[in-house]
Amino acid sequence: MINLVAFIPRAVVQGIPLLFGSTGEILTEKSGNLNLGIPGVMYVGAISGVMGSFFYEQSVDPADMNGALAILIPLLCCLVGSLCMGLLYCFLTVTLRANQNVTGLAMTTFGVGFGNFFGGSLIKLSGSDVPSIALSATSGYFSKSLPFAGKLGWVGKVFFSYGFLAYVAILIAIVCAYVLKHTRVGLHLRAVGENPGTADAAGINVTKYKYKATCIGCMIAGLGGLYYVMDYACGVWSNDAFGDRGWLAIALVIFTIWRPFVSIFASIFFGGLYILYLYLPTGMDHMEYQELYKMIPYIVTLVVLVLTSMRNKRENQPPSSLGQSYFREER
Amino acid sequence: MNKAKDPLFHIVKRDALPWYKSLGIRLIAILAALIVCAVVTTILTGINPIQVYVSIFLGAFGTARKTWITFQNIAILLLISLALTPAFRMRFWNIGGEGQVLIGGLAAAVCMITLADKVPNVVVILLMIVCSLGAGAIWGLIPAFFKAKWNTNETLSTLMMNYIATQLVAFYTIVWEMPKGSGKIGIINQNTNVGWLPEIGGSKYLLSIVVAVLVTVLMYIYLTYSKHGYEIEVVGESERTARYVGIKVEKVIIRTMLLSGAICGLVGLLLVGGINHTVTTTIANGQGFTAVLVSWMAKFNPFTMIATSFLIIFLNRGASEISTTFGLNQSFADILTGIILFFIIGCEFFIAYQIHFRKKPERRMIVND
Repeated sequence: MINLVAFIPRAVVQGIPLLFGSTGEILTEKSGNLNLGIPGVMYVGAISGVMGSFFYEQSVDPADMNGALAILIPLLCCLVGSLCMGLLYCFLTVTLRANQNVTGLAMTTFGVGFGNFFGGSLIKLSGSDVPSIALSATSGYFSKSLPFAGKLGWVGKVFFSYGFLAYVAILIAIVCAYVLKHTRVGLHLRAVGENPGTADAAGINVTKYKYKATCIGCMIAGLGGLYYVMDYACGVWSNDAFGDRGWLAIALVIFTIWRPFVSIFASIFFGGLYILYLYLPTGMDHMEYQELYKMIPYIVTLVVLVLTSMRNKRENQPPSSLGQSYFREER
Repeated sequence: MNKAKDPLFHIVKRDALPWYKSLGIRLIAILAALIVCAVVTTILTGINPIQVYVSIFLGAFGTARKTWITFQNIAILLLISLALTPAFRMRFWNIGGEGQVLIGGLAAAVCMITLADKVPNVVVILLMIVCSLGAGAIWGLIPAFFKAKWNTNETLSTLMMNYIATQLVAFYTIVWEMPKGSGKIGIINQNTNVGWLPEIGGSKYLLSIVVAVLVTVLMYIYLTYSKHGYEIEVVGESERTARYVGIKVEKVIIRTMLLSGAICGLVGLLLVGGINHTVTTTIANGQGFTAVLVSWMAKFNPFTMIATSFLIIFLNRGASEISTTFGLNQSFADILTGIILFFIIGCEFFIAYQIHFRKKPERRMIVND
């Protein structure tokens, strides 16, 4: 029997990067931009944060590291890095009206390459003499949980044992859900995604909304990468370790039918599926079955994709202009 | 009317540009991208820009062997791009090339391992061909069926199929690992060479190149001159029109994806049976994704794809040469590829649209333009 108290925190930790990614992508898709570059953005976000804190850790003595700076520098670098990717995507697809699928895939190629390249060559390029990128000091600040968490028994373990970014992720998802559903800005944004022509006629600045939603979405997704490196991986960068989480985050958007609030639970559920293979019995000599169990999240995603498309309800549809560039003179 | 605010420029859709002009714009974009690539390389490695180009060129064509490998890689990338093209032409975003290649390769490996010493070599190879093409086709069929039946988002379903294929390969890698505990299968049938595709013309690189040339020509004919190609075109242009003129859209989607998957399976066969003689989870090496871009850059034209896959492989080989020389990470190639892609994606705008700048004295004219 799976020990739930041990299992849930691990599922949550796995789920948080997915939550960041899917919240960011939901925001982006609501503006009608299908950003397949999210995996790349998350890599760039992660590596930017790593670079920031790498240089900070190199430049100061570990003893007099400033906690606030140790958190702010990577955070800022991560946001700036992912913002750049967002701007690039917007410039190509909104201003230059390029094909969104192609632009997204190119961003993923570039972003993953960028992450792996600097992750693998940062030490060489900066000429420092450390054997590997292990930002344990910075990671310590990121994964610091609330002091009283240990005293609360299982409640503390399940709810309070995470680094601050995990709570930020949930907060962002809640705020996004509120903004999309209950504010004027959210209404305008949804209008832009549903029918940019009508939104334009109603005096909404389509370009501005698309730019803002996509860039903010990218910044949120980038934080997912940062959380992964700094908290989950304890500050150790290893190439390709982040894997396919970016793609899963995109799949989660459909899974949650474009609702950030649902995404909180869906992400944790997926995080659980992601590590489920560790808990399923394989027998001593049959490690190979683990590889089959690792398929579970993808098969579940596929099944959910098919099921949501089978039900085909009106309120479960993607924003209707999703994936199309808007050109005012083409109406 | 309110004349107070006239925008600095406005954008109009162009009529079709003559081919030499659009080619010119693309060449300028590639040139600009190459300059940016050189600048980036110079910043990272400190060698002068001219040296960068020399290194890239030497990396791709420095020796006879390197040249052969470059052409072989071009053939493989070209084949995957060709495989995806019919699907793209009907606006089916098959980004599952990776998985379709993998599963084709796995099928070939299964034949090689289980049938060695049991049946004659010729039979093994024939079975490998059938199994690889079949496996690839099935991997293409599954998302196509869902798309045709319930309009399931194909981008994500093909993507998920990639990971399912990867895990299947990982599973069999452990089942058949040689030696035990190494985590890889190793060269299959090293002594008997059972199931190794024959070398033609005395060169082990030539087979994939010949196959690629053949498939390019056949694909061009299929897409441009056959009824199937026409139906694909109509479905891509407008599904409603297709239905109206009596084309069975579901049938076209499924048939096209079967073809698309089968050709990817063929690539898997070439990779496992002809080139690597083993199967790993990374055998497709992300080329299923790169192929999407190669195909798109070529505007889905098989012959133009030769040029675009050449460009990508040339840079890739060059960049990996540079990263080896300077002890940098191999992903350097992805960064350069990304830069080239961004420029080419961006330049399409200048082919499709025209920018009119505000002219001061004749404001009216522009408004009526």
